[in-house]
Amino acid sequence: MRIVLFAPCFDDTLLPATPQAVVRLLERLGHEVIYPEAQTCCGQWHLAAGYRREAAALSRRFTDVFTAAAARADAIVTPSASCAVTVRRADPDLAVHELSELLVDVLGVTDVGAEFPHRVAYHPTCHALRGLRAGDRPLTLLRAVRGLELVPFGRAEECCGFGGPFAMKNADTSVALVADKVGHLTESGAEVVCAVDDGCLLHIGGAMSRLRSGLRVMHLAEILATPAGGPT
Amino acid sequence: MSRSPWLHLLVRGQSPREGWIVQDPDGPDEPRFAETAREALTDAGSRSRLRQESARRRARRDAAVGELSDWEGLRDAGARRRDAVLYDLEARLLQLEAEVSAAGGRLHWARDPAEAADLVTRLEKDAGSAVRLPGPLLAELSLTAPPTGAGEVEAEMVVFGVDAVVAESATVVVLGAAAVRRVARAATVVAVAGIDQVLGDWADLEVWLQLRARSDGERMSPAVATLCGTAPGDGPRSFHLVLIDGGRSDALADPAGRTALWCIGCAACADVCPVYERVGPAGYPGHRAGPAGAVRTPLLEGTRGTAAASLPFASTLCGACGDVCPVRIDVPELLLRLRGRVVDERRANPLPGPELLAMQGLEWVLGDAARMETAQRAGSRWARLAGRTGRIRRLPGLLARWTDARDLPAPPRETFRAWWRRRRR
Ligand code: SF4
Repeated sequence: MRIVLFAPCFDDTLLPATPQAVVRLLERLGHEVIYPEAQTCCGQWHLAAGYRREAAALSRRFTDVFTAAAARADAIVTPSASCAVTVRRADPDLAVHELSELLVDVLGVTDVGAEFPHRVAYHPTCHALRGLRAGDRPLTLLRAVRGLELVPFGRAEECCGFGGPFAMKNADTSVALVADKVGHLTESGAEVVCAVDDGCLLHIGGAMSRLRSGLRVMHLAEILATPAGGPT
Repeated sequence: MSRSPWLHLLVRGQSPREGWIVQDPDGPDEPRFAETAREALTDAGSRSRLRQESARRRARRDAAVGELSDWEGLRDAGARRRDAVLYDLEARLLQLEAEVSAAGGRLHWARDPAEAADLVTRLEKDAGSAVRLPGPLLAELSLTAPPTGAGEVEAEMVVFGVDAVVAESATVVVLGAAAVRRVARAATVVAVAGIDQVLGDWADLEVWLQLRARSDGERMSPAVATLCGTAPGDGPRSFHLVLIDGGRSDALADPAGRTALWCIGCAACADVCPVYERVGPAGYPGHRAGPAGAVRTPLLEGTRGTAAASLPFASTLCGACGDVCPVRIDVPELLLRLRGRVVDERRANPLPGPELLAMQGLEWVLGDAARMETAQRAGSRWARLAGRTGRIRRLPGLLARWTDARDLPAPPRETFRAWWRRRRR
C-alpha cells in the first residue's frame, strides 16, 4: 500500500522520533510511505485556544495538501489521536487514520514483528479513548510484541491534564492532574509509559523527568518499530 | 498513596503569573478560574473529600445505569424529547400559561434574574412570612440570604426553584426529601423555573425522571413532589410560577446553544470531571458547577466578565462529561464554541493582546512550510542552548507556566522533515 504520512507539526519540530518510527515500521511491513513536504499543521492549536478563524485557514490548507496527496495513495496515517480527531471534525471525507487504526483496521495486522522486553503501561489518551474510540487496538498491538509485559495502573482512563492550552492557562490544575497520573504510573512498576498522543506524553514525561521518577515515555510507534532480534 | 507528596513537590515550584487572556476593559474583573483553582488546590483536606465524594457518586451512578438493559436508548429518547420541546418552546410556554390559570395559579414572566428576584420579594412581602429553599435557581436570582421570617418552620409561603415543569398539566416537579416536605405543607407556593426547564407532557416527564434518577445513582428518585396548581382541600391555596428567561431565549436561537439547554441538572458531568474533582465548586462562579456550569454560565451571562470568560477554558476537553451526560449534550464541543466566542469578543478590543498577536503570528508561520522550517531552525538553535543537558528546566515569560513544574526535552538536532529529505537523497 501507498500510505501518506501526516507528521504533526509538534512531532516534526520537537519529537521526530515518532514519525520516523512510523516510517520505519510501515516500510518494514512492506508499504510505501509518502510525506507531502508542503504539510504544516491541522489547526488543532488554534481551534483549542478559540482562534476559529486561524484554525479554519490552517484546516483548509491541510485539506488541500492532503487531498492532493491522497489522490495517488491508499490511506493517510498520523501518529496523533488528537490530530486525527481535529482533521475528522473539520473534514470527515478525508479519511485520516490514527496509527493503531491503520494497522488493525486497514492493514489487518496485529503482530508487527516487534520485540521490546520491558514493563509497559499503556495510557489511553482522551482523544484515543473518547475522541476516536480507538478501543483496545493499541493494546492488541502491544500484546503481540515479544517480551513486552503490559502493566495495569490506577485510574488509567482519567485525563493526564495536558489539554493543549489548558496546560498553560490552568497550569496549577494541569499539574495537579499529572501529579496524580504520575503517582499511579509509578506505583504500577512500569518502566515505560506508552500512548498514541505525543502531547500527553510530553506532559507526563515532563512531570516524570522533573520528579526524577525513572520512568520514560515512548510513543506506540517507537515500540512497534523496534524489530525482533534487533537493538532495543 | 504516594499522591500528595508528588503534588506538594510540583506545586511548590510555582509562582502566580499574569493571566494571558487580555481583560475586557469594560467587563467586571472577577477572579478567573485559574486563580480560584490555585487557592482551592492547596486545601489538601477538601481535595481528598472531593476525591472520595466524586468516586462514591461515580460508583453509584455506574451501578444504577449498569442495571438497565437499554440506557443508551433512554439517552436517545431524552435528547430527542428535550430537543423537540425546546424547538417548539414558544407554543409550550403559551400552553403552560393557559394551564396554570386553568389550575387556579398565576404565571409571572421575568426577563432576567433581577426581575424575577423583584417579583419574588414582592410576593414574599405580601405574604408576611416566607421560606426560601436553597438551590441553583434561587442562587441565579441572588436570593440566597433568608428573607424576614425565614426559618419559621410553618411559614405560609415557600419559595423554591423547580427541577422541571410539565406544560400540558401545569405541573411543577421538585426533587429531594427536604424540599418535598416543605413544599407539601405550604399554603402558598412560589415556584421559580427557567424557561428551559419546561417539558411538554408526562411522557417527557417519565423519561426525564428515569434519566435523572439513574444519573443521581438511584433507581427512582426517593422523593418527588408534583404540584398542579390549586385544588380545594388539597395542596396550596395559592400557586405562583415565576418563569425566567435570563439569556435562555438568546441561547435557544443558536442550534448549538439549544443543546446546552437540554441539561436536566443531574451533575453527572461534574462527578466525572477531572478538573472539578481537583478544584471543586469554588472555581465556578455561576449557579452550577462542573462542566455544566462551565458551559451555562458564559452562555447565559455572556463572556464580558473575566470569570465567565475563563470558564470555557477550564477544561482539558477530555470528553468524560459528554460520555456521561444522560441527554447526550456534547459538552466539549460547546466549550470549544464558547472559547471561540470569547476570543472573537477580544478581537474587538482596540489594542490586540499578546495572545492574539502570538496566535496570529503562529498561524502565519504555519501557513507555509518554508516559513515553518525557518522558525524551526531559529527556535531550536536557541532552545538547544537552554537544554544542553537534554532537558529544558526553565523557560522565560509565559512559557515558564510549563517549566514551573514540568521539564521539556531539548529539541532534536534534526526536524522530521530534514530527516526525511536527507534520507530520500
Ligand atoms: S450537562 Fe451535566 S448536569 Fe446537565 S444533564 Fe448533562 S451531565 Fe447532567
